[in-house]
Amino acid sequence: MLKSIFIIFLFQLIGESIQKYFELTIPGPVIGLILLLISLIFTKNSKNIFIIKTKEEITTTSNFIISYLSLLFVPIGVGVVMHLSYLENNYIEVLGVIFFSTVLTIGFTALLMEAINNQFKKHARKK
Amino acid sequence: MLEKNKLYTIWVYLQAEPLFWLTLTIGAFLVGDYLYKKSKLNPLVNPVAISILLVASILIATGISYERYFNGAKFIHFMLGPATVALAIPIYKQIHLIKKESTSIFISLIAGSLFAIFSTYFFAKLMKLDIEIIYSMMPRSVTAPIAMGISELIGGVPSLTAIITIITGIVGASFGTFALDILRVKDMTARGFAFGLASHGIGTARAMSRNETAGIFAALALGLSGVATSIIIPLLFKLINF
Repeated sequence: MLKSIFIIFLFQLIGESIQKYFELTIPGPVIGLILLLISLIFTKNSKNIFIIKTKEEITTTSNFIISYLSLLFVPIGVGVVMHLSYLENNYIEVLGVIFFSTVLTIGFTALLMEAINNQFKKHARKK
Repeated sequence: MLEKNKLYTIWVYLQAEPLFWLTLTIGAFLVGDYLYKKSKLNPLVNPVAISILLVASILIATGISYERYFNGAKFIHFMLGPATVALAIPIYKQIHLIKKESTSIFISLIAGSLFAIFSTYFFAKLMKLDIEIIYSMMPRSVTAPIAMGISELIGGVPSLTAIITIITGIVGASFGTFALDILRVKDMTARGFAFGLASHGIGTARAMSRNETAGIFAALALGLSGVATSIIIPLLFKLINF
């Protein structure tokens, strides 16, 4: 457990350092995610017992953290409720924009992706 | 009277310590999660929204400032970073599926991100919102830290962007399922991807709780759209005079 937490923290630390050093707009944790993914792909066929064990451990810890992903948004979410006055007199307009744009984006993206996937499946069948 | 005084002393001590706020946050979340599961994962019974409202009403009732609460609960907030890194694991596990669908992922990513940005701009203009608010809203579909960075870059207000971004996540998680059911989208990869792209981490959490494949594609979209949007928006501002 401790080893996997160390590795996850370490990747975030490296990610944050890269972000600061190169002044990137991509957040450090996302860079850490990409680097961890590359390391996993790189060690895909490794037969080293230590690496295999460590990967198993990281998998268990990651699954645990991700299963409580929603919880992690609560502290910042409380801030949203407490600071709603920042929206001044634009509540309804802002909420309206968020509602319509978000729902339409979800619909548009899902329909598009499904259509492309179906097109590929048809194509594969013809072959 | 003495007893009351003692209770007050304990309260004064506790509310200054993280333990109280951590316990409260986890407790509120367990209540939200219980209700969510009890409702058979009804998207409108969003566990994040319930726990936020519970904690916020306690803060308002007791007159405790948000800064004091956050100072106590920040250990939970801190885990957002490691959780993002941890998303590498589910993505890695589905790498074959991602490779197989790489073309549709790429096209949907670019088209979806552009749709999110332009529809926000269009509706905001329609509502005659101030330009500063419009700029603060444009990056709202990506995860809060990226959105705030972009907002600052283009002349928005980062703290306003944070609020709008969180609301976007809750709206996506609460109403996205209805939209996709009405549109009869059955492809789990497409459903998940749309959730992650349009409503970042909160949408991803919702997708994860429903279906593993959808959850993984949501996580993938969360990461990819964050990167894509932080390139697209500054580029658009160079090309177009908004």
